[in-house]
Amino acid sequence: MSVPVGPAPAIEALAAPHADAEALGIAETPAQQLWRTFRKDRLAMLGLYALCTLLAVALIGHLLTSWWVLFDPTTVRLPDKLLPPFSTASSALSAELMPPFHAYPFGTDELGRNVFARMLQGAFVSLSVGIVAVSISLGIGITVGGLAGFYGERKLGPLSIDSLLMRFTDVVLCFPTFFLILTVVALLPPSIYNIMIVIGITSWMSTARFVRAEFLALREQDFVTAAKALGLSEGRIIFRHMMPNAMAPVLVSATINVAHAILTESALSFLGFGVRPPYATWGNILADGRSYIFDAPWLFLIPGAAILLVVLAFNLVGEGLRDALNPKLRKRVG
Amino acid sequence: MSESAAEPLLSIRDLRVEFETDAAAVAAVRGIDVSIAAGETVALVGESGSGKSVTAMSVMRLTEGRIAAGSIQFQGRDLAHVPEAEMRSIRGGQIGMIFQEPMTSLNPVFSIGQQIEEVLRLHQQLSAPAARTQALELLQRVGISAPARRIAQYPHELSGGMKQRVMLAMAIACRPRLLIADEPTTALDVTIQAQIMELLRSLQREFGMAVLLITHDLGVVAHFAERVLVMYAGKIVEQGSVRDVFKRASHPYTQALLAALPDPQNPRKRLAAIPGRVPSPAMLPPGCAFCARCAHAFEPCPVRQPPLFAVGEGHHAACFLRE
Repeated sequence: MSVPVGPAPAIEALAAPHADAEALGIAETPAQQLWRTFRKDRLAMLGLYALCTLLAVALIGHLLTSWWVLFDPTTVRLPDKLLPPFSTASSALSAELMPPFHAYPFGTDELGRNVFARMLQGAFVSLSVGIVAVSISLGIGITVGGLAGFYGERKLGPLSIDSLLMRFTDVVLCFPTFFLILTVVALLPPSIYNIMIVIGITSWMSTARFVRAEFLALREQDFVTAAKALGLSEGRIIFRHMMPNAMAPVLVSATINVAHAILTESALSFLGFGVRPPYATWGNILADGRSYIFDAPWLFLIPGAAILLVVLAFNLVGEGLRDALNPKLRKRVG
Repeated sequence: MSESAAEPLLSIRDLRVEFETDAAAVAAVRGIDVSIAAGETVALVGESGSGKSVTAMSVMRLTEGRIAAGSIQFQGRDLAHVPEAEMRSIRGGQIGMIFQEPMTSLNPVFSIGQQIEEVLRLHQQLSAPAARTQALELLQRVGISAPARRIAQYPHELSGGMKQRVMLAMAIACRPRLLIADEPTTALDVTIQAQIMELLRSLQREFGMAVLLITHDLGVVAHFAERVLVMYAGKIVEQGSVRDVFKRASHPYTQALLAALPDPQNPRKRLAAIPGRVPSPAMLPPGCAFCARCAHAFEPCPVRQPPLFAVGEGHHAACFLRE
């Protein structure tokens, strides 16, 4: 419940008792309403829990793997190579090579590196690639879609802004994205930032279309005219007044796009075009494990399962959001 | 009376607004003159498509049509030609506007407090706490009970009448000199209509605003306005004080409109209707646009445009019968 805050005591005195407002179930912000509906979707909540856990793991893992020497995912321990999960380290290792608690929870790879540490490092890479890439694609998509939807009818030469921008979107949509990414990544120095940017600028098209469609409808709404009549600038109307009203489908597609971006990054790393090898990502752990499918199946099972889980969790949350943001469904549930 | 003031607050001269269509430019407003003195209430009446809303939106320069000719003088500036940035500070600052549909005129994702405060902060550069205090005062002024609680609510939690009060609060937030009310009560219940009009009247007195009231409700006009302009097919066909126009309607269109009102003394009487329909703005006759529906039409009507003839003190009608 949001309780109104009166700045001055004199104003506070104007307020009627808050009790009846709560009894009527009013004064609920749209976000609270969304959460109330979302919470009832068990699968989506499961996905959300999984994501929160993963996010925490990725953050803690990032700290552990970068600051704790024993946890260094690049430490090579040749005597301990290809150990199965839950095995203990051989006592032959010197103290500075010994893994924490003398254990390899996820086993070791062909160089004796701690797969658990590598997975932790990879979790951070995968999530940050997913989130940053989608932020970039949202930025481009919202701008292109918003401009096309709001200024659509204005002419730029013989074409309207709308047809110019949306045909450009169609053209980009025609590229076989993955091969485009492969080409670009092959030409650029392999860095995680390049991958984020490349994935971002090849995945904004659906967002642009969603935003444009929403804006076409919103533009005709009375509150937009009213906002103009109050003297608000066009930029403010677009970004502050119309954008939040157009966010529902964008939010849903963004969530699902994160899953796509993570998959793309994994695929790139698997093919060796991703992040440079000593740095672990789920994709290149999987790629390394490929040669030992029968001898050390955990090397591909563990990263494979992790990718599956993250993508599934993002998709579940995305679908839960879509249902919660659907006003028809909301009424039925709420 | 507007003529008595040295300089009217708003003075529209020969305004012509055109809309581009595939075939040709179609004029929705065909050369009208309107002047409003400070503090005066002028009603613009006419049926749908007569150009009254386009006229109002032109004053705000928010019409989708093109202002093809004429000038809109407001406090020494021609609103038809001022730069967009200056126009923005006039909108919401010196000219407020309220709309027909309070249900959809507020942004559903912001609380009403946020929306009122935004206007105050934009035009008066108030700090956030000052804007909040003033928003609370405004809400109380427009008759919203428990403003400190309401201010955090969202538009869907308010009734239509309350939303129109909030719209009014936003429109008067910066003490505009002119308030344009575009059918402010059309979407409301009759009892709420009366409350809103009463509120509008008291706010007008308090702030000394002029009001341009766009409506097709002659009852509201009779109650509320001082002068009335009757529009038909993009032209003003009759204008004068409310008293003159209602008592001595001089244009056949105005007469027919008044005859079409239900008679409270004789509720079972069949309502009069005006035969025919409003001509399409793309196919107007060269003469009087009303002549095809007019019972009194004679030779000059279909061929010549009737100018406004004086029929009394400040009372004009565009009809050859009054020549």
